[in-house]
Amino acid sequence: MTSYKTDLKRAKGYGAAKHGSGHWLTERLTSVALVPLGLWAVWSFLRVAQWEYAGAVQWVREPVNAVLLVLTLAISFHHMHSGMRVIVEDYIEHKPTHFGLIFLSGAASLLAAAFSIFAVLKVALGASVADIATITAAGA
Amino acid sequence: MGQVKADMQGAQATGSSARTPADRPLSPHLQVWRWHVTMLGSILHRVSGVALYFGAFIIAAWAISLAYGPEAYDDYMGLMGSWFGKLVLLGLTAAAFYHLANGIRHLVWDTGRALNPKLADMTGIAVIVFTVLATAATWWVALIADVI
Repeated sequence: MTSYKTDLKRAKGYGAAKHGSGHWLTERLTSVALVPLGLWAVWSFLRVAQWEYAGAVQWVREPVNAVLLVLTLAISFHHMHSGMRVIVEDYIEHKPTHFGLIFLSGAASLLAAAFSIFAVLKVALGASVADIATITAAGA
Repeated sequence: MGQVKADMQGAQATGSSARTPADRPLSPHLQVWRWHVTMLGSILHRVSGVALYFGAFIIAAWAISLAYGPEAYDDYMGLMGSWFGKLVLLGLTAAAFYHLANGIRHLVWDTGRALNPKLADMTGIAVIVFTVLATAATWWVALIADVI
């Protein structure tokens, strides 16, 4: 069926979706936050890579490190999904693929964020090896 | 005139959906542009962004391997310490520094500053130079500190 309405007529009256500026703003805010967090992450990885497992655990158990790690992960996954969304919007015109890819990217980012943040919290808040040794010794 | 009209009718006849392709020139295609630094900078921003997208999953795996325990963590660090792991990490370091510096360039542009061609070229070159230097410095520190 050919519609006799022009493209402009079809779009008029519906108004803007009113969330365009929100996406734009979130991208800017997350990028501003990721400037110091990104530099901190590179510097931290250089330090942590020098240590074995126990040293890395001890480092994550420092409250400041744990909090900054959670922030870096959460904001990074949010930012990268925003960016991937723009790329899909730019290149993929086929609507099912377009929305499918955006959904897939969002789901993957959300899952990775959830698992990695839980992992950091588990290490940061979980019992240390020394604690377990003490408890085991007391029980025996 | 008659030719244009015939083309438009042709487009309407073949267009199956309500939205027929507009019969007007497309924007210049990639291959007709002369390469220049601002274009390279824009492409690298997107490429480094995609690299970091996948890199974020690698970093997330670090936290997950740590939570799994010593064996998983050693496996992870062993993989990252292999020549392939180091190559990936080197690429991610460069992508991170590029995307970070060029991101600041974008944030400055968003305020309406430094938008003239001369400054855009200069900052574009500065970002690439910074990326090379910062990546080299990071890996120099990593090698001197006996990390790898």
